[in-house]
Amino acid sequence: MTKSELIERIVAKQQQLSAKDVELAVKTILEQMSQTLASGSRIEIRGFGSFSLHYRAPRKGRNPKTGDAVQLAGKYVPHFKPGKEMRERVNASMQAGS
Amino acid sequence: MVEIDALTKAGMAEKLFEELGLNKREAKEIVELFFEEIRLSLEDNEQIKLSGFGNFDLREKNERPGRNPKTGEEIPISARRVVTFRPGQKLKARVEAYAGTKQ
Repeated sequence: MTKSELIERIVAKQQQLSAKDVELAVKTILEQMSQTLASGSRIEIRGFGSFSLHYRAPRKGRNPKTGDAVQLAGKYVPHFKPGKEMRERVNASMQAGS
Repeated sequence: MVEIDALTKAGMAEKLFEELGLNKREAKEIVELFFEEIRLSLEDNEQIKLSGFGNFDLREKNERPGRNPKTGEEIPISARRVVTFRPGQKLKARVEAYAGTKQ
């Protein structure tokens, strides 16, 4: 499912808002989520999961073309931990054989 | 690190109210549907690709040996399907720039 399919599915499930409004809402939600992580905060959605930042220590890497050693700085990467309901629902469908 | 409150569904609904002028009931419903539609898709074993943000993928894990951490008793961890999130380039670049005081 892509972002535009997600928008279509939400449009189909509610009566009040136009497709344009739903599209803006989905884009606003995703932008706020990105912004939250970019500012170092967490996102916590009960039954879905939480997003946080994980630290990656500085390390020595290599330029794959020249083989030269380069020092890579420490950095943060986004991490998602699925919530209980998410884990159970995703796994239940496999146990049911799909 | 100065721990700013985590973003929750309430914070997202508030933003839709402030920025787009949705009424509170509509805002809450859209936020619920947003997460529920993603879950339904994953439940159907369908990957999600949200450009600029990231992908939610599904992986099937084989049974593996495990242990009850309290008793030390060996119990197999059954085969299961799990969700993984792969952040997109754009999100990774935005987060990488964060020079927090963590660590």
